[in-house]
Amino acid sequence: MATTTTTVPGAGPLAGSRSFLSRLRDGDEIARLGTFLFAASVVLITILLVYELWQGSALPRHQFGFSFFRTSVWDPVFDQFGALPFIYGTLVTSALALLIAVPLGVGAAIFLAELAPLRVSDTLEFFIDLLAAIPSVIYGLLGIFIVVPLMRRVIQPQLKHYLGFLPLFQGPAFGLGFLTAGVVLAIMIIPYIISVSREILLSVPRDQREAALALGATRWESTWKVVVPFARSGIFGSVFLALARALGETMAVTMVIGNTPVISASLLSPGDSIASVIASQFKEATGELYTQSLIELGLVLFLLTFILNGLARIMIVVTSKRGTGLGQA
Amino acid sequence: MHASVRPALSVNIPQTGTNTAARESAAALSMRMAISKVNFFYGNKQTLFDISMGIATNKVTALIGPSGCGKSTLLRTLNRMHETVRGARLEGEIVLDGNSIFGQDVTSLRRRVGMVFQRPNPFPKSIFDNVAYGLRINGSKVPIADAVEKSLRRAALWEEVKDHLHKSAYELSGGQQQRLCIARALAVDPEVLLLDEPCSALDPISTAKIEELLVQLKEFCTIVTVTHNMQQAARISDFTAFLLIGQLIEFSPTPQLFTTPGDPRTEAYITGRFG
Repeated sequence: MATTTTTVPGAGPLAGSRSFLSRLRDGDEIARLGTFLFAASVVLITILLVYELWQGSALPRHQFGFSFFRTSVWDPVFDQFGALPFIYGTLVTSALALLIAVPLGVGAAIFLAELAPLRVSDTLEFFIDLLAAIPSVIYGLLGIFIVVPLMRRVIQPQLKHYLGFLPLFQGPAFGLGFLTAGVVLAIMIIPYIISVSREILLSVPRDQREAALALGATRWESTWKVVVPFARSGIFGSVFLALARALGETMAVTMVIGNTPVISASLLSPGDSIASVIASQFKEATGELYTQSLIELGLVLFLLTFILNGLARIMIVVTSKRGTGLGQA
Repeated sequence: MHASVRPALSVNIPQTGTNTAARESAAALSMRMAISKVNFFYGNKQTLFDISMGIATNKVTALIGPSGCGKSTLLRTLNRMHETVRGARLEGEIVLDGNSIFGQDVTSLRRRVGMVFQRPNPFPKSIFDNVAYGLRINGSKVPIADAVEKSLRRAALWEEVKDHLHKSAYELSGGQQQRLCIARALAVDPEVLLLDEPCSALDPISTAKIEELLVQLKEFCTIVTVTHNMQQAARISDFTAFLLIGQLIEFSPTPQLFTTPGDPRTEAYITGRFG
């Protein structure tokens, strides 16, 4: 953030003696005030958002208190609302998406940055950016027409056949559900991971690679043991960007998750996520308590994102300390 | 990469131009490496022209010349680092201990011909792990801790870092980082150590330390250093090669090159008339 001091000690006699007006005229002060306002607007919007969500959810907060987080019943008819199934669904689908997308995305980024000829890499980057820009409803359609039938007919029966003894793969194969939502989310977030990780890997200084090669490292050793660790915190950054997208993804998820507020160990089971239930039920929500409960879900999603981002930051600091011997990230 | 593989040549005497006495004194030395008739191209642009010279065992050979003369390029061919650059092509032959460097596995070549770069480039790891890196990837048989200590001692850094080997290499000063990079290169016990302007990013005191170190290191390995600093070449090297726009103008024992240069262009350069 901008500092409040306007005179810098040691900046010479000129800096201190120039009047506010002359600095305003020269543009320094205008630039400082202008950019400060832009930066402040970020904080302002965040505060406004939390305030609105907090105000809008007064009724369920008073009625349910903390049991809102612990209750798994979501029954608009009897005015019973609990957020647990949605929190569960959000976390499970996002975790699944990361589990699939991180190895694929980082692997692809390593190929594009380290191994592919530059022309291939740049061409593919164009398509990756294109994928990242596709509206999520299109991914939802892709999910409904391709992923869901594929899941129902091929993948889920196979999973049940070979891994059916695990609680993860039990129950009927609907096609819709946590697993499908996770796969569609993974498809959506892979471009982010590839695009950002590739840039990070390309920005690793050339002398790091050369140092490893000059010690007799193979190309792969220099990539895996020097370049990737060097880029580690940036790659984590790309993963958290992707996670943020997965947590908040609404349209594509609501189209394939099954829209059932259920907590089930089985990934084949239909479920629901926070963003998805807000999108699918807000329009039909009747009564103050119902509407405000949905708003409180929004608040919960905000908190969830806040907590996960915080944990991510801590993780970056801790791993870079341990891995590199550096004091700072 | 190299277009024409010539049969491994017998080790050449340094091409000294005119002075036969120098040629004879050089002939008495054993040669660790020999460069013969090397032409080098980036794409269609030729940057080295028909370079032939020998690298004497356990001596310091300096490559000098103005910016862009090809001295770094020549250095980087000696451990085939030029192959990491797209569009680089080499013709001619380079021999290490009688065998062509192009006929062997590039990773094992680079273990025998180590390299230190212009800017200190330690890995973002601890001091210990930096030095141990080469040992680990090469599956060293000697205990790593002993080898790390030995290399740090050889690089004259041990006394300064022995109490905090597990601190980040980035907490060292620039000069210490460069000596760490030298220790890292020495850890795999190379026969030849290449240095690409190792002092150009350092202050005078650090530079003096590294110069002193290089002279001591002759005992363990053969050293080739690129420098744009003629005084440095004069202080530390036994042989000096003067390059100008891709050509080897003169290659002589260092005292001779700086006192009685055989070529008017060398004389012009060392007396500061250009470059």
